[in-house]
Amino acid sequence: MERQKISEKFSELREKKEGALICYVMAGDPSAEKTGEIVKALVNGGADIIELGFPFSDPVADGPTIQVAGQRSLAAGMDTQRYFELIKNLDVGIPLVCMTYYNPVFRYGVEKFVEKAADAGISGLIVPDIPVEEAADLKNSCEKHGLDLIFLIAPTTTEGRVQKILERGSGFLYLVSRLGVTGAREDVSSSTRELLSRVETGLPKAVGFGISTGEQAAEVRDAGADAVIVGSAFVKIIDEGKDVNERLEALAKELKSGIKRAS
Amino acid sequence: MGQVKGKYGKYGGQYVPEVLMPALEELEEGYERYKNDPEFLAELDHYLRDFAGRETPLYFARNLSKKYGSKIYLKREDLVHGGAHKLNNAIGQALLAKYMGKTRLIAETGAGQHGTATAMAGANLGFETVVYMGAKDIKRQQMNAYRMELMGTEVKPVETGSKTLKDAINEAFRDWVTNIENTHYLIGSVVGPHPYPVIVRDFQSVIGREVKEQILQKEGRMPDSIIACAGGGSNAMGIFYPFIEDKDVKLIAVEAGGKALKCTEKAALHSASLCAGEEGILHGARTKILQDKNGQILESESVSAGLDYSGVGPELAYLSEIGRVTARYATDDEALEAFHELSRHEGIIPALESSHALAYLKRASEAGELGEVVVVNLSGRGDKDLETVLSLRGGI
Repeated sequence: MERQKISEKFSELREKKEGALICYVMAGDPSAEKTGEIVKALVNGGADIIELGFPFSDPVADGPTIQVAGQRSLAAGMDTQRYFELIKNLDVGIPLVCMTYYNPVFRYGVEKFVEKAADAGISGLIVPDIPVEEAADLKNSCEKHGLDLIFLIAPTTTEGRVQKILERGSGFLYLVSRLGVTGAREDVSSSTRELLSRVETGLPKAVGFGISTGEQAAEVRDAGADAVIVGSAFVKIIDEGKDVNERLEALAKELKSGIKRAS
Repeated sequence: MGQVKGKYGKYGGQYVPEVLMPALEELEEGYERYKNDPEFLAELDHYLRDFAGRETPLYFARNLSKKYGSKIYLKREDLVHGGAHKLNNAIGQALLAKYMGKTRLIAETGAGQHGTATAMAGANLGFETVVYMGAKDIKRQQMNAYRMELMGTEVKPVETGSKTLKDAINEAFRDWVTNIENTHYLIGSVVGPHPYPVIVRDFQSVIGREVKEQILQKEGRMPDSIIACAGGGSNAMGIFYPFIEDKDVKLIAVEAGGKALKCTEKAALHSASLCAGEEGILHGARTKILQDKNGQILESESVSAGLDYSGVGPELAYLSEIGRVTARYATDDEALEAFHELSRHEGIIPALESSHALAYLKRASEAGELGEVVVVNLSGRGDKDLETVLSLRGGI
């Protein structure tokens, strides 16, 4: 199936005046076979973009939920080659984004990793431990192979750095809604609103970290986000292992309707 | 030294989540502002002298010298308050954090030496202090965990991953990301993102500066060789750094060869990143690390918890690559033998970390590779390791 680019997806949604739901799950958690079903359930639930994590042994930007998912995936035999095969064989038309850490990319070879990712039908890359200053090689490879390189902006990011990131980012901007690591939280921080108003860009603004309910998704969309990113809440369902596909689809639906409900 | 903004050749840099970048900038600015500030330096000097007990002696090891037929000196960092060189850096960074207006210190620790040093500095300077320690390491080093608690530090056991230092570092990073506004992450070795490798090296360089003066007084010349153990590499960088321009002085970093310089699929049987690691990115820096072909970090192994780490400082990786520092390793067995030898011959019980440097001293002396005047950095004392050694010997 031909896959959309991230920019195509966002212009389609813009015409419909609709916000995007971006879902994160760890590829190969609990197994490569199950990932196919999981992705399908998320698509059925209304996911607009799916981030598929490539596991790393030492994920400093992630909370325990995603770290454990990575360990499960590694234990089930996930490696770079299997990851790309898995992605290639997924029967979905929406954009897929690879989220991982820099060492697996670096070790495999930056250029080769990006080339294989493009071949596998990946539209964008998120590498949370590489700030813009260190990302020149990765950026060049991504441009060469037509992948978006998505950067994060945190509440602590200074104005000067925001500008640097805006100059180099593409696809969408990943706004970290609060200080801390990934993981579901009770409330949506006021820093989200502040951050959204602080960043002026033509790129879609996606907010992530801590969002797990339709209510929160609506709130984030209301605050001006173009997209809502949800990860740990999905990963937790996979971790619990009960009625996984049904519950993933139901949560995606709830989040998507929250996003649509927002004014 | 080929250093441009935290780079040592291709090594070093800042590979951290965006949320930490401003904290690194703030730390860099803070360090630049205070590192030459007379008030800061006077206070640091006071702490190093009266609290830490500097300067430490450069001890002529008469019996070892006789045995190996050269003049062997031991830099007695085991006599620093707390029993290791770690306090040099902990007190420096804690003081810096205080000048920068931080109220909370976090650290991670493997053997417990850095945790203890942080606890001492934190208690003395009035910080709320939290130390992350792998659950497995807490079991191995209960006394050190207790020492920290005595000084008012909260020791948080880390149950994730291999439950050792590497995982404790991940947890400390997570804490820092969450509490960045009031918290200083007191990194204990010359590892991590810029500016940490610079800061830790500078605070530890007091070791090498003292050695330089002391050896001139005692021998009227530079040593032929300086040997230090290297896990992350802070005691090694500390003693080497002031000698880097003295090209005739051979600088030797001795890594933990563990059981053997081999790997299984999931783990290395050693901790020798310089000798057997490959270029990669771990804990914020590009350096030599232990990893598999997919870039997953391999767990390391060593009888000495303080050397049991999958990476090494980026500057040391660079110095080793350009040939200024020679990287070697000693196995667990060799280290244990050296541990007993020094205890027996000189009446000094060395830390198992330092025992690796001593083990190499023995091997290289026998091969006649070290020259006439040799300095070994005795980075810590062995009290903390008695239980480990005792259990390996199966009792007294």
